[in-house]
Amino acid sequence: MPETVISAQNLDLTFETNDGPVHALKDITLDIAEGEFISLIGPSGCGKTTLLRVIADLEQPTGGTMSVNGMTPEQARLARAYGYVFQQAALLPWRTIEKNVGLPLEVMGLDAATRSERVRSNLELVNLAGFEKKFPWQLSGGMQQRASIARALAVEPAMLLMDEPFGALDEIVRDHLNEQLLKLWAKTKKTVVFVTHSIPEAVFLSTRIVVMSPRPGRIHEIIDCDLGPDRPLDIRETPEFLKIAHQVREGLKAGHSYDE
Amino acid sequence: MSALRPNWQALAALVATLYSLTALPFTAGMSAPYSLAVAAILIAGACLSMLRLPSGVEALVLMVASFAAAALLIAGLAEATGTATAGYFASLTAAWLLAWRLVTVLSGDGRSKGQGFGLVSITVPVLFGIWVLILWECIVRGAGIPFVLLPPPSAIGVRIGNSLPILAADFRQTVLKAVLFGYVVGSLSGFLVAILADRFRFFANGLLPIGNMVSALPMIGIAPIMVIWFGFDWQSKAAVVVVMTFFPMLVNTLAGLAASGDMERDLMRTYGASHWQVLMKLRLQAAMPFIFNALKINSTLALIGAIVAEFFGTPVVGMGFRISTEVGRMNLDMVWAEIALAAVVGSLFYGALALLERTVTFWHPSYRR
Repeated sequence: MPETVISAQNLDLTFETNDGPVHALKDITLDIAEGEFISLIGPSGCGKTTLLRVIADLEQPTGGTMSVNGMTPEQARLARAYGYVFQQAALLPWRTIEKNVGLPLEVMGLDAATRSERVRSNLELVNLAGFEKKFPWQLSGGMQQRASIARALAVEPAMLLMDEPFGALDEIVRDHLNEQLLKLWAKTKKTVVFVTHSIPEAVFLSTRIVVMSPRPGRIHEIIDCDLGPDRPLDIRETPEFLKIAHQVREGLKAGHSYDE
Repeated sequence: MSALRPNWQALAALVATLYSLTALPFTAGMSAPYSLAVAAILIAGACLSMLRLPSGVEALVLMVASFAAAALLIAGLAEATGTATAGYFASLTAAWLLAWRLVTVLSGDGRSKGQGFGLVSITVPVLFGIWVLILWECIVRGAGIPFVLLPPPSAIGVRIGNSLPILAADFRQTVLKAVLFGYVVGSLSGFLVAILADRFRFFANGLLPIGNMVSALPMIGIAPIMVIWFGFDWQSKAAVVVVMTFFPMLVNTLAGLAASGDMERDLMRTYGASHWQVLMKLRLQAAMPFIFNALKINSTLALIGAIVAEFFGTPVVGMGFRISTEVGRMNLDMVWAEIALAAVVGSLFYGALALLERTVTFWHPSYRR
């Protein structure tokens, strides 16, 4: 049995806003094992991004406990236990692709030789070799997002936290990057927590799918997604795939995700 | 395809020249044949330029015709100030219209959408500037406008040539001492205080209202006080410049430090970056367009501040001192010489900053290529 790396127990989070308190997360209990690919799916406002941000120590829970690699999220963050990929690439426009990928390594204080080696190998991993000297605004949206994945991987974290990383891209690019991400996951054996609102994307990528429901944000159902390690794009037309997708949709419906 | 390509500037120039023939000679100093020669040049230029010529040849024809006519018109004013007839101004208008046509041809006849490049992008503004001077010269001297109201550029030029040592001394006193020192100290301290105010929020809360108040104080109120505090020499002018430049830099830097996005800051947080690392690698870079705005605003403020501050007591040197005393002595050409000096210094200062800005903030959407 693989080790549990992320563990949330009865997590609660309430934001104080001008319109009164907003209950973003309620009673979240979730264990994620090493090497899993977990998708958090649900409508907007269900707290899936907030949950990811709590894991990353970008938000503090108001109740319950969260442990990452057996540490508090803050310790894990300072130990650079994870790489975080945002909705947008968030590359710094004054840095070349190479320097952008090297940014976290500069913050960590690594020497120049280690930095350039890691930058090179990770850019190769996301098929961006040859674009080192380009500036982000000279690249397409899909390439920018790949560069930001390389940047997250350069830290050499044991886990990747991805917040709708392909949400802003068109479907063709998205399919392609989904395929590449699967290969990357198979190659690196990293634990991935992936936020999405696309059912096919979640089913295609995950080993387990966490269906969340809104107001207050809570876990409605956890669905196993055992399609095996080898998943070509056309697996999405197979009965097994459609069955799981149907199950996820039913879960979202039962969690009142489609209510007005 | 017709061999003619009429355009309104050349046609209007023809009409103006024909009209000028009704008022010969143009000035008391120009004989009738001399005036006719000017008209002939203008007519030839206007007609030739309407032929379907290659644009290089057309530009050359227009350049020769307009400048030859202008040169003759200026020469015709010698010993004849204030005697210009309507014909003189009509032919001046015609020469100016041909120059207008020249600029239009050089900028691609108004048809190409792209930016002018290389030589053309410099030639057009230079031609424009030269024609402002030509018109100024001809109108002021032709119509005999009193020297005190507006001296002709030639007189200002002569004055500049004869007063180079005085202008150099004024430049050293005002620009190299007061402006430069005050600008550097004011901008740098504004920047450093902004960094501190950003780190310690209470500092910003207490300081911004006070800074706001100081910047609202009228300069003519501060300047005499600074003279009392720091003496008559350039130090008191530098102090005025410091007061004037500090606040724009403070406000702009603070705004710039807030300009980086939430996502980028979260990103740095996931790296466990310290406050100073986030500042150096992210926030200061993102603030650069704001900081350069302040530097550019301050470059003009500093020059104005130093010149005006000299009106309130100064040793007998400096651009502001010269302006205030020469106005009193009705030496308006000297005042204009100082104004020209200030304009050149201000433009060069601003231009150098704009150039530096382009290299530092090359990544900004407005400069990307």
